[in-house]
Amino acid sequence: MKKAYLVLENGTVWEGTAFGAETDSIGELVFTTGMNGYIETLTDESYYGQIVMQTFPLIGNYGIIPADFEGNCSVKAYVVREWCRHPSNFRAEETVDRFLKQKGIPGISGIDTRAITKLIREQGVMNAAICHTLPADLAAIRQYKITRAVEAVTAKAPYTLPAEKERFRVTLIDYGAKHNILRELIRRGCTVTVVPAETTAEQILAAKPDGVMLSNGPGDPADNSAQIAQIAKLCGKVPIFGICLGHQLLALALGAKTEKLKYGHRGSNQPVKETATGRTYISSQNHGYAVVSETIRNGRLSFINANDGTCEGIDYPEQNAFSVQFHPEAAAGPHDTAFLFDQFVSRMEG
Amino acid sequence: MPLNKQIKKVMVIGSGPIVIGQAAEFDYAGAQACRVLKEAGVNVVLVNSNPATIMTDKALADEIYLEPLTEETVKRILLKEKPDSLLAGLGGQTGLTIAMQLDKDGFLAQNGIRLIGTNAEAIDKAEDRRLFKETMQSIGEPTIPSDIANDVKTALDKAEQIGYPVIVRPAFTLGGAGGGVAYNAEELEGIAKTGLDASPITQILVEKYIFGWKEIEFETMRDDAGNVIAVCSMENFDPVGVHTGDSIVVAPALTLSDKEYQMLRSASLHIISALGIVGGCNCQFALNPESFEYAVIEVNPRVSRSSALASKATGYPIAKITTKIALGYTLDEIPNDITGKTCACFEPALDYVVVKFPKWPFDKFAGASRALGTQMKATGEVMAIAESFEEGLMKAVRGAEIGLDTLNAAPLDDLPVSERLAMADDRRLFTVFEALKSGISPEEIARITKIDLFFLYKLQNLADYENRISCGMTEALYQEGKKLGYPDEALKRLSGAGDLPGMDASYNMVDTCGAEFDAVTPYFYSTHGRICEARAFPRSGKPVIMVLGSGPIRIGQGIEFDYSSVHCVWTLKSMGYDVVIVNNNPETVSTDYDTADRLYFEPLTPEDVMNIIKVEKPVGVVVAFGGQTAIKLTKFLDQNGVSILGTSAEGIDLAEDRERFDALLERFSIKRPKGAGVNTLKEALCAAEMLGYPVLLRPSYVIGGQNMKIVHDAKEVRMYMERILAQGIDNPVLVDKYMAGKELEVDVISDGQDVLIPGIMQHIERAGVHSGDSIAVYPPYSIDEGMTRHIVECSEKLALALGTKGLVNIQYLIYQDELYVIEVNPRASRTIPYISKVTDIPMVDVASRVMTGQTLREIGCGTGLHPIPPYYAVKAPVFSFEKLTDVNAYLGPEMKSTGEVLGIGKTREEALFKAMTAAGMTLRSPHGGEEAGVFISVDTHDQAEVLPLAQKFAALGFRLYATEETAGTIRGGGLSVREVAGIRESDHAFDLLESGEISVILYTGALMDSTVEDYIALHRKALLLSIPCFTSLDTANALADCVQSRYTQQNTELVNINALEKTAR
Repeated sequence: MKKAYLVLENGTVWEGTAFGAETDSIGELVFTTGMNGYIETLTDESYYGQIVMQTFPLIGNYGIIPADFEGNCSVKAYVVREWCRHPSNFRAEETVDRFLKQKGIPGISGIDTRAITKLIREQGVMNAAICHTLPADLAAIRQYKITRAVEAVTAKAPYTLPAEKERFRVTLIDYGAKHNILRELIRRGCTVTVVPAETTAEQILAAKPDGVMLSNGPGDPADNSAQIAQIAKLCGKVPIFGICLGHQLLALALGAKTEKLKYGHRGSNQPVKETATGRTYISSQNHGYAVVSETIRNGRLSFINANDGTCEGIDYPEQNAFSVQFHPEAAAGPHDTAFLFDQFVSRMEG
Repeated sequence: MPLNKQIKKVMVIGSGPIVIGQAAEFDYAGAQACRVLKEAGVNVVLVNSNPATIMTDKALADEIYLEPLTEETVKRILLKEKPDSLLAGLGGQTGLTIAMQLDKDGFLAQNGIRLIGTNAEAIDKAEDRRLFKETMQSIGEPTIPSDIANDVKTALDKAEQIGYPVIVRPAFTLGGAGGGVAYNAEELEGIAKTGLDASPITQILVEKYIFGWKEIEFETMRDDAGNVIAVCSMENFDPVGVHTGDSIVVAPALTLSDKEYQMLRSASLHIISALGIVGGCNCQFALNPESFEYAVIEVNPRVSRSSALASKATGYPIAKITTKIALGYTLDEIPNDITGKTCACFEPALDYVVVKFPKWPFDKFAGASRALGTQMKATGEVMAIAESFEEGLMKAVRGAEIGLDTLNAAPLDDLPVSERLAMADDRRLFTVFEALKSGISPEEIARITKIDLFFLYKLQNLADYENRISCGMTEALYQEGKKLGYPDEALKRLSGAGDLPGMDASYNMVDTCGAEFDAVTPYFYSTHGRICEARAFPRSGKPVIMVLGSGPIRIGQGIEFDYSSVHCVWTLKSMGYDVVIVNNNPETVSTDYDTADRLYFEPLTPEDVMNIIKVEKPVGVVVAFGGQTAIKLTKFLDQNGVSILGTSAEGIDLAEDRERFDALLERFSIKRPKGAGVNTLKEALCAAEMLGYPVLLRPSYVIGGQNMKIVHDAKEVRMYMERILAQGIDNPVLVDKYMAGKELEVDVISDGQDVLIPGIMQHIERAGVHSGDSIAVYPPYSIDEGMTRHIVECSEKLALALGTKGLVNIQYLIYQDELYVIEVNPRASRTIPYISKVTDIPMVDVASRVMTGQTLREIGCGTGLHPIPPYYAVKAPVFSFEKLTDVNAYLGPEMKSTGEVLGIGKTREEALFKAMTAAGMTLRSPHGGEEAGVFISVDTHDQAEVLPLAQKFAALGFRLYATEETAGTIRGGGLSVREVAGIRESDHAFDLLESGEISVILYTGALMDSTVEDYIALHRKALLLSIPCFTSLDTANALADCVQSRYTQQNTELVNINALEKTAR
């Protein structure tokens, strides 16, 4: 068993055991509280540039199941208390360790993940490195910044996934989309054309889609000024549904502002309250930024976080657009808000 | 929706006595409910026949009725109290069933009482088998498919629809004889034919065979607005087939991928939404490990044992939130106490693993089948919280108090391990571990047991580790061992290391959110991290006192001890101490996160407790309220310089060491039954001869104590000694003079100067029946003033001589007008809650104050014998023989009851009637205009006494039935009696039971090993027909008195213990 270190930008060092690929890596350290769904987490491209730490101590129990992948594995490194050497599931193909080795991603285990989670909770998200020898100084770690995240994970060229019985055609702008968004749309009779993030509004409208889906994705939403401008041009011309980063970009396009949260919402247990009905739903979340509620223009808050009151969804009736900060497509997490896809479909029905 | 202002007065129905399947968890749930209701300003009327509960405490409800939990009595209380609402979902199945009866016969509607929480229709849909199946079908949730067939062809067709494999269950055959599993049509043809032949009505049930499927549970909540959450998932270590109460359970589910998890979570929420549940609900599923196929096994529309476990496992108080929802609140309006910032409409995220381990009563029932199946057998459970499954399991096993601190347990028989693996019994975990250590592969074990490989490989980790350290210990290995959960003593033993470096534990907090938010409730579990949240937790600066709890509920150590522990905590808190509690029982109030100032959910073993002491540095530790679990730590703590509050370790030893205690009695000229220790048959016979028959024989250091026996002659001594000696003994066998006298019990409080005796209890049964199994009457009914004075004097002398500071329980025997001491226990006893409730002396409160230095005079509750109130209070035992059908139910020196009920009345008979009714000992009697008969079969020794009893029953209009010898005696007294052939010889007695001619049985004489099976068979039959069966003449006599007194459930006085008349008799 090889030693490895987790070095935080504030200088604290945690010694653990290496697993996964034997390389060093620097990233932004975030924690997720989901108790299962590590496969979906590892393959969620919204984690691009980030070192993901699991607060649940036993990871890899049911191995790696490729059918459950949400995209490519874009995490910078993986931090766990314990990984499972003998996974057990009828669909399991390999261990987390082998998967990370294939992807060239380092992992560290035997770490007091709870202590580090509390550190992040108190001091905010910070950069960190996983290394096999201690670095001479923290300069490289401190300088690290996630840049051009969307560019890195978006589709390189458009492609179309047909619905079995096509009722609508949806263009999905891929900022790092989770596959389950596509599955949910296709299941509802939508043929989905996935287009790269840099696609222009004119190109999209030329194909005359029934609706446009703005996907989730990584990074600071404000970094995507080109995409925001294109979204602004789409508004009002076609029904739009935004999820996570897509939600933030839509808000920015319509004049609102976003801010970085101290340590974000990442997990499968976040309560969101629907303002129109008063119903509260348990949602899956993965975001470090949020729309500042007070800055919303042309729209009204449709969902708020029942814990901290932050913006979880906006409805723009004039634009026939709506968006949510959480993940109705789940994977991992609860499917309780999947009805939002139905709402998108009804909007396309007119 | 905020609080429903129309709810002003609510009746809460408790769950009654502790029985297998319904234990302390309902006191935890009920106590939470009462507190929530009172906080909301609602007037609370409580009914519960169980006096040992915290919920029946004066402060927790406004009107409290310790009355029988029957529909009749509850109706009378409702009419008297006129509440506007009834809360039914917190009193287990008992409470729910009564509420449903009241609803069904229109009583609630007629009296304008509404059922709050889940409504009757929804409860019905979940509880009624047919409705449940239909409802699940209508919402598309799969149940285990099954269908009825009356011929082979239909069976084949049905099987085709259901899908193979199928199990065939013939209708109306005992134990499913004639059934079997078919994997294809060819096999089914044969099996169906055999099954149809075996069934008296030529009918079989063809059911999908789901052997080896995983068993998964979800604890869910729904409010009236339709918000739904899944609080916690749980996974059984054992596959489907073993009752979840008898299975090792982990939380959260550990082997499910997100797809499987979400599928079952969504199904749970779908089900509770469709049923319209309002409050907590438990959903159980079977999941095919080879596909996404699943089936709903059961839905419990109420709080349950699983919800108590889930509450403790997550920090989410399900019963409390359920009550708030019943009052009208929605989940998003209710704050999460643990964080103080977030709301109750969320799903807890755990960053640890929880392991539950059952506590079984097999030590009390030697010879009983240890096989586990769909009928629960465990009396209680322990829970452990840890960073890994291995550590959690190790903590749970050593906390279960089964004499183990690792998974290495000697097998109970000499069958090869490969054969034992196939048996689902209480030893299975240890058999699996033994198999792994012997080199059998996890895959092979999984094939036989269907236990998931995930768990088996974790056990393999432990086996591998033990193999590695058997060659010697290193620092690194030691660290690893501690993380796997091994205590130092076990590591020394396994590695042969003389000395170990030692490692302090650090503690993490259970915070519902995986550290995402700051937690404000100090609820801790031990880990080995470098950061200790317990040490970092802000302290008030007040002196710290640590209270040790009583561990899992078991026969002999039940909920009474939790009652005492909790009261001690409350008193000490009110006195300005910072109180820490240590316990590992998830069912209890003591392990509620807001009972003490800090809660440590840890096993009660020397090392675990010492680790906490290092953090908390208490000024004193209280051992007196945690039963034997806490008392047995006294010596260790004392030797380690920890100050014991209350009676000193020295005083405790003085009472427990036989020789020292004898010397003490001698000094005060107090008698105790004469006795001797013997090692050989000759010595035993000699001692018995000298003492005079009958004598009580028992091994010293009784483990399980099943070998305690009253013998009447040399032949019986010989048989007993031969059997005991054959097993080989390390310690002498004790031979005591057995005196069939009156048995009395006294709970005493002393501050070292003065002595307070709240009450003396007299047992209905003469000595020979364990005090926990006897009916106890307070105050005594046949003791004269002189003897009472003598008892008071003796009690005072003993309490002072032992240096008692706090409680002491003394058991006496009166034989031929002489007083003898049988036993002295320098700690809280089983009877504390009962006596506290009827005498108005808060005994634990007083004792706790005394322990911290206050005097009885300062407290002002008087000294000497407390005045007797104008009521009788009768405690009756309750057994769980319905669940343990093959055990010997004959009452003797070894305790067998799992719970108790109380009856309060103006006369002894009225109290007795209520207690017997509450305990379910009702019978058809001639008073009801029914034909009734009593069947008497007594031992030769009892013939002399049987006649007056027979006369009493005959006078009451009972027909008499008796076996040969007894019939002779009765006939000799001039009574007409019908002779019944011995059970061994014919089915005559069974036929009479079935035909309804016999309505009560008195049977003594099952003391011989050769006849015990007869009694078990008779008792089982009686149980099936709900015919009471007594094994003591005294109990039968009391019952006759009861019948004679003509009390019914309509004419007793309903006693509100919060408004007891105070005038002394």
